[in-house]
Amino acid sequence: MSASELQDLADRIVAQAKPGEQIEAYVSRGGETSIRVYEGEVEHFVSARSQSVGIRVIRDGRTGYAYAGTLDESVLHEVLADARDNVQFGTPDEFAGLAEPDGVPVVKQELWNDALAAYPTEQKIALAKELESLTLAADKRVRCDDSNYDDAYGETAFTTTTGIRAYGRENGCYVSVGTLADDGDETQTGFGFSVGRSPAEFDLPRAAREAADRATRLLGATKPQSKRTTVVLDPYVTAQFLRVLSGSFSGENVQKGRSFFADRMGEVVGNPIITLIDDPTNPLAYSATELDGEGLAARRNVLIENGVLKTFLHSSYSARRGNTKSTGNAVRSGGTPGVSCLAMQLTPGTATQDELIANVDDGVLVQMVQGLHSGVNPISGDFSTGASGLAIANGKVGAPVREFTIASTLQKMLLDVVAIGGDVEWLPMSATGVSLVIRDVTLSGT
Amino acid sequence: MSSPFLVQIGTDTIERVLAKGRSTGAEFAEIFVEDKRSTSAGFDDGKVEQVTSGRDRGAGIRVVHGETTGFAHTADLSEAGLLAAAEAAAVAARQGKGGVVKVALGAEVSQRVNNVVEFPDSVTKSRKVELLQRANDAARGVDGSIVQVSAGYGDSVRHILVANSDGILASDHQVRTLFRVSAVATGDAGMQTGYDSMGRTIGFELFDSEDVEALAIGAARQAVTKLRARPAPSGSMPVVIKRGSGGVLFHEACGHGLEADLVGKGASVYRGKVGELVASPLVTLIDDGTMSTEWGCIGIDDEGHRSQSNTLIKDGVLTDYMWDYLRARKEGRPQSGNGRRQSYMHLPMVRMTNTFVINGETDPDDIVRDTKSGVYIAKLGGGSVNTATGDFVFGMTEAYLIENGEITEPLREGNLIGNGPQVLRDIDLLGNDFAMGNPGTCGKDGQGVPVGDGQPTLRVTAMTIGGTAA
Repeated sequence: MSASELQDLADRIVAQAKPGEQIEAYVSRGGETSIRVYEGEVEHFVSARSQSVGIRVIRDGRTGYAYAGTLDESVLHEVLADARDNVQFGTPDEFAGLAEPDGVPVVKQELWNDALAAYPTEQKIALAKELESLTLAADKRVRCDDSNYDDAYGETAFTTTTGIRAYGRENGCYVSVGTLADDGDETQTGFGFSVGRSPAEFDLPRAAREAADRATRLLGATKPQSKRTTVVLDPYVTAQFLRVLSGSFSGENVQKGRSFFADRMGEVVGNPIITLIDDPTNPLAYSATELDGEGLAARRNVLIENGVLKTFLHSSYSARRGNTKSTGNAVRSGGTPGVSCLAMQLTPGTATQDELIANVDDGVLVQMVQGLHSGVNPISGDFSTGASGLAIANGKVGAPVREFTIASTLQKMLLDVVAIGGDVEWLPMSATGVSLVIRDVTLSGT
Repeated sequence: MSSPFLVQIGTDTIERVLAKGRSTGAEFAEIFVEDKRSTSAGFDDGKVEQVTSGRDRGAGIRVVHGETTGFAHTADLSEAGLLAAAEAAAVAARQGKGGVVKVALGAEVSQRVNNVVEFPDSVTKSRKVELLQRANDAARGVDGSIVQVSAGYGDSVRHILVANSDGILASDHQVRTLFRVSAVATGDAGMQTGYDSMGRTIGFELFDSEDVEALAIGAARQAVTKLRARPAPSGSMPVVIKRGSGGVLFHEACGHGLEADLVGKGASVYRGKVGELVASPLVTLIDDGTMSTEWGCIGIDDEGHRSQSNTLIKDGVLTDYMWDYLRARKEGRPQSGNGRRQSYMHLPMVRMTNTFVINGETDPDDIVRDTKSGVYIAKLGGGSVNTATGDFVFGMTEAYLIENGEITEPLREGNLIGNGPQVLRDIDLLGNDFAMGNPGTCGKDGQGVPVGDGQPTLRVTAMTIGGTAA
């Protein structure tokens, strides 16, 4: 099936719309390769192809949805029939509707790489083996849990009765390694990874070094004493912290009373050094995209400027409801598109991480967090996470520490950011990393 | 009753597919066929947002040669589609010379449908949707401070068929029904949330015995109570965990560490500890996939073996790990019915089912009375563990201070952190009031499977509470 056949399929579904009916068809297919190497041998090799179709039907303000994991013609009929049947059970909502073309031009991205599509299997296996041997060579205390090569490709066509017709395809690959470091009875763990549009972009030596470092640097770590202190977040941790904040910028969450930013538009919500944008048009972001989940052009939005709250993000639904325009932030997560940040980035400062640490008398460099999903409530803002890292004393990092938590509230942490590093790291997630210094958090340990 | 499995694949086709899988010299081939239908309905902001119907069906083919596993999956269930996937998997496992292989299947082991009374597809969607409105109304009626309620209904009917070149042929119907409610309350100190859920491996009769209004009221009260919560304490102190809310503690503190795949790679603190005292002698820990109607219940696992009840820790002594078929086969020992996968698109791994600690002898009220100061946890959130170090966290979503043997002030949310082996040893009181907890989804290596957990009220002498109060 060619690209145009995929689009035709979406067109054919939408062409079945009856008068008074809005239909959106979202058709995709893709594949992945997943190779895991252990002790120099291929442990598993997964080669997979998948297809999916999602159909949304809106009639008289009521929405119905159905999906299937196949493009089999016999099933397509059933999916449309199910979506139509489901319409009658929705509550009428005057703002329900599909997106309409808004004239915002698409910023072209290089999301497809022919070299990756043609990359030979043998070399994929070789990359995973090489990463394992580089990691083992980095430190004699290190074992590898697994070393992986993964790639995936996907293409999507969607068509709506409102005049949106879009096709996109994307591929990418990554390698990753999990490590264990032993010292006597003690074991610590680490990981390393490298991402690219093609294998040529991988930096295997760096991934190996980081995987070895992350595990070995925690050997001998102790549980620190409880205190209020300053934390320096590693870029990877900052990116995860930004992800936690993401939902509070959603216009839909604001409308539904689930954002602590709801009444704060135009007010100071953070330290003036904070400027936070969401920019999926930046080709450096791994989550860069041309289209949002409703087929509108992705675009750059300023969330916080010099500490002041500037923008809530919208899908076409929340935009209609809020009497504003979509910001191109619809995301699909099963059914009706929701609203989410796509590529968050803090405007960086200039300092290196060492320079940031040099200004901290007493604190912790947080290199890993555990439990952001369980100890953070993005609605109340309560923040508590398990952490590990290195103690900071008199501007220098010292002994490793683990099995402690750091806690504050999201609202307070934004105000307590005292410095932002210049060490930007582009990561395979919808937020970019940079070192961040936050004062006055509570560390719980012994 | 209805039979929703629409895929018909003949035994002779399966035998040819397995033979193709072994055609490059592999010693083991397996086909896993799945046909799953699901319905969900979401309610939020006073409205039924939408009803969603889902259909997932396909087959995964696994081929093992030496240390290498090849795996391919397809949504094309024709014989040609299955043979193509088998060839892809065989090439992936791709060692050695080719050859003609014959596979003969045994008699099919078919699991009794788990006493399902009302199959989801025999119940009108309007009855499902009506539950949501009732939950919304009940939650909003609790208090004027409730400003938002969302509720969700979900059901699934999953038919699986597993066959392998060792002759196994087995099938199972797995019917699950779930309901959840979350509420937001607003007060002077900002917003707070409450959440509760229920789920069982049965059909719509779930709602004959369980009341969605009561569930919704509970979730709303949790949010309202937390409006007057004070910041959770910071530091190490005794923790009492209410019955049926702390199974996740064992899931994280030791469950994952007892999975044979992690043990086999030396990535578990419990490696080499069989026969040793690894927990307080009060603790007997069981993983039981046969527990009728519980959320983690399965007729067969996703490798075609009947689920069973396995004692993991007996009176504090580690008795065994959990096993999937391949690792057990390699070790020349019986599997334990713990080979599970999220869907036909995933490789099976060692997974828990229903994991729980059985009753002790202490009156739960005495456990609180015996605690001079500490924290009482009435609801836990999710958790996670590093199995190699044993360090784990879990969230507390409803918790109270214990002062002079009494439960007093509500606390704001936070994480608790501990080290698995240490916490298991530090359990000093175990109640006689066992209860199972909320339905859970356990994530491992990117795959989610339904699991259950349970425990009586218990006390841990010291855990680190990750709050902000001094």
